[in-house]
Amino acid sequence: MNDLLATIAVILGTALAVLSAVGLVRMPDVYIRLQVASKASSLGIALLMLGVAAHFDDVSVTIRALLVVAFLFLTAPVAAHVLGRAAYITGCPLTAGSKPDDLAGRYDRATGRLAAPDGAQRGDREAEAG
Amino acid sequence: MSGFVDGVPDFVIELALLALAVSLLIAFYRIVRGPSLIDRVVALELTATIVAGIVAVFAIGIDEPAIIDVAIALALVAFISAVAFARYAERARQR
Repeated sequence: MNDLLATIAVILGTALAVLSAVGLVRMPDVYIRLQVASKASSLGIALLMLGVAAHFDDVSVTIRALLVVAFLFLTAPVAAHVLGRAAYITGCPLTAGSKPDDLAGRYDRATGRLAAPDGAQRGDREAEAG
Repeated sequence: MSGFVDGVPDFVIELALLALAVSLLIAFYRIVRGPSLIDRVVALELTATIVAGIVAVFAIGIDEPAIIDVAIALALVAFISAVAFARYAERARQR
């Protein structure tokens, strides 16, 4: 039973890792690549670690595998956010047809400051005035 | 490869290692190709993640649980390097 679970987890996790690598090459845009690389590979590693835990069937190994998964799930979104922000600030272009660009016109490249547009939110404007 | 035990079949382990190695090559293509620094950092992070996966499959293959620690260290270093690269890229642009 454990062997079957480990085998299935290894196969699925490997497939997800390969898919995320393929997506990294195929996708047209830094931001889309970022999302492919962070989400699919996180789930792939989680499945591989599930396979490790099922194969060894030992408390200490299971805790270490869970530690890897927990750490990855904590850090992957943070890394993706920081990298996406850096990509926008360094001026990586969005792919053609990528519709909602909420930061368009609000980021001042010369000063490196983000500003709210006119009439967006009262709180923001008051904070800026005061 | 000798040393495989009953459990996960040998050919599954071997095929998984092969597929992960191929995906390493694919990610390496993105590192070489770019086009921007952030693309390369993203590809580097994915490379570290895939290597952690290779470590996991290899641990099952040789039936040695001790090398899981390598995956923990690798995940830590990859995260810190990604954040450091991102901050460096932002600072370099703003100045």
